Amino acid sequence: MIKIDNVSKKYQTIPVLKNVNATISQGGVTAIIGPNGAGKSTLLSIISRLLLADEGQVKIQNMDVVNTPSDKLATYLSVLRQENRFTSRLTVFELVGFGRYPYSKGRLNQDDLAHIHRALEFLNLTEYKDRFLDELSGGQRQRAYVAMVLCQDTDYVLLDEPLNNLDMKHAVAMMKQLRRAADELGKTIVIVIHDINFASVYSDYILAMKDGQLVYQGSPKKIMNSAILEEIFDTPVKIENIHNQNIAIYY
Amino acid sequence: MRVNQKRHISSRKTVLLLLAIATFCVIFFMTFNLKGNISYILTHRVWIALTMILVAFSAATSTLLFQTVTNNRILTPSIMGFESLFVLIQTVVIFFIDAQGIPYIGIVGKFIFESLLLILFSLFLYRGLFTKLKQNLHLVLLIGIILGTLFRSFSNLLQRLMTPTEFAVLQSRIFATFTRAEPVLIVFSLVIATAIGLFLWRMRFRFDVLALGRDNAINLGIDYQKSVTIILLLVSVLVSISTALVGPFTFLGLLIANLAYSISGSSQHRFLLPTAFLLGVIFLVGGQMFLEHVLNMVGALSIVIEFIGGSLFIFLILKKVPM
Repeated sequence: MIKIDNVSKKYQTIPVLKNVNATISQGGVTAIIGPNGAGKSTLLSIISRLLLADEGQVKIQNMDVVNTPSDKLATYLSVLRQENRFTSRLTVFELVGFGRYPYSKGRLNQDDLAHIHRALEFLNLTEYKDRFLDELSGGQRQRAYVAMVLCQDTDYVLLDEPLNNLDMKHAVAMMKQLRRAADELGKTIVIVIHDINFASVYSDYILAMKDGQLVYQGSPKKIMNSAILEEIFDTPVKIENIHNQNIAIYY
Repeated sequence: MRVNQKRHISSRKTVLLLLAIATFCVIFFMTFNLKGNISYILTHRVWIALTMILVAFSAATSTLLFQTVTNNRILTPSIMGFESLFVLIQTVVIFFIDAQGIPYIGIVGKFIFESLLLILFSLFLYRGLFTKLKQNLHLVLLIGIILGTLFRSFSNLLQRLMTPTEFAVLQSRIFATFTRAEPVLIVFSLVIATAIGLFLWRMRFRFDVLALGRDNAINLGIDYQKSVTIILLLVSVLVSISTALVGPFTFLGLLIANLAYSISGSSQHRFLLPTAFLLGVIFLVGGQMFLEHVLNMVGALSIVIEFIGGSLFIFLILKKVPM
């Protein structure tokens, strides 16, 4: 369980998070939605100790993310930011292998190799494992990053806009893979996502943010409501039930 | 897996090949044209060779670590003004504790004192810069160049106010030459460099993770702030060693680090560190021999290396940094 307790954060004098309280229960896919600048990425960064909160605290499995040794947390929680550009020239295998660092500290053993191959397999990257990252398409590269965090084999996996730069086909494939990671591997997946229809179809729980505050939370069924979405996004939204899924029409 | 292993074998082969060339250079340098008072010449050459090896080690490791932690391949400690800061510290020390005062604390004592000052100032000046302004390479580069110029101008000012004797003592320290390092300082630096080398070797995998950038390093459980501090501290000590021994050498580190990136075929520090170090030894020792025996130009080595390294710097700026 991730417990977010009264978290506030300012950049210089501009508040980006105001007293956020939330609980993300174990298992399933939780989506964080909201307009640009709502504080979604900031919240994700604070949960994953990449950023310090000014006030409040975040606990994962009852461990305070600030005080718990970072290498211990790395075996419970993994995070992938949006921007990943490396100066090192790495192969897919090397990148995914980094996911084992919290356990092996660089010396890969048989168990680590098994994990790496499983992660490659899971994201259909086995045939590309010896390619350099700069030789891959955007979609393949994004999958390689996700493979790295899955290879870290943590109960909690946090992803900041994992669908960024993915076309329709790859976005759907990525969401299905994350869904499978939750269902088959028992991971707790937390994603920041822009496309609310993906959140509606693939997530179990939605946290909706606006102006640094958590304004709504609940099942997709509850959040996929035109009044709620119009309030969050300040734009007309209609909800249609298509094939038993709530789809927002806002084009 | 097979291709990966192949790459590692070739990276290892590169290191071994460079080791062979470097060893050959050093042996050749020691024994070539050995005439006259053999034991005197040999001792003299041993000190020069050791100095060059130390400078190669310092330039290679300090540049690689610095570039790893700042996630770029253009900025180096020298370009960011570390050496100029050390020269300034040396100048200030001579200016305020006059040249006669130095024998009291000894050369090693003076070196330790100056290194500590450099560590202190660099932690104070540079620590924030790299964690906060990393997004903007141009700005950081500009700040580094301005800081370097500031330190140099301040040194120049103090040098003009000095007595001629003090200036003579200082002058021998601030121009890169390999022939006048004090044996006691060489031995002391050798001990420190060996200790740093062993320490770095234990941390080699951590550097690979740090090269992935701050966020990924933290995600993989690295204490990032601590690592940055340790690296800045080591870089300061390494810069002190090479500047105290031979004087400022602005572009050597840039040259060997970038060559190492391109010929090593690996991004792992267990290959990059030895590759860059051995390249440095080959450049310095081999270059010295070439200039001395083939072109008959003694003492031009630093100028040639600075010219090649400086050209590479301009090339990298034009090619790699999006304007």
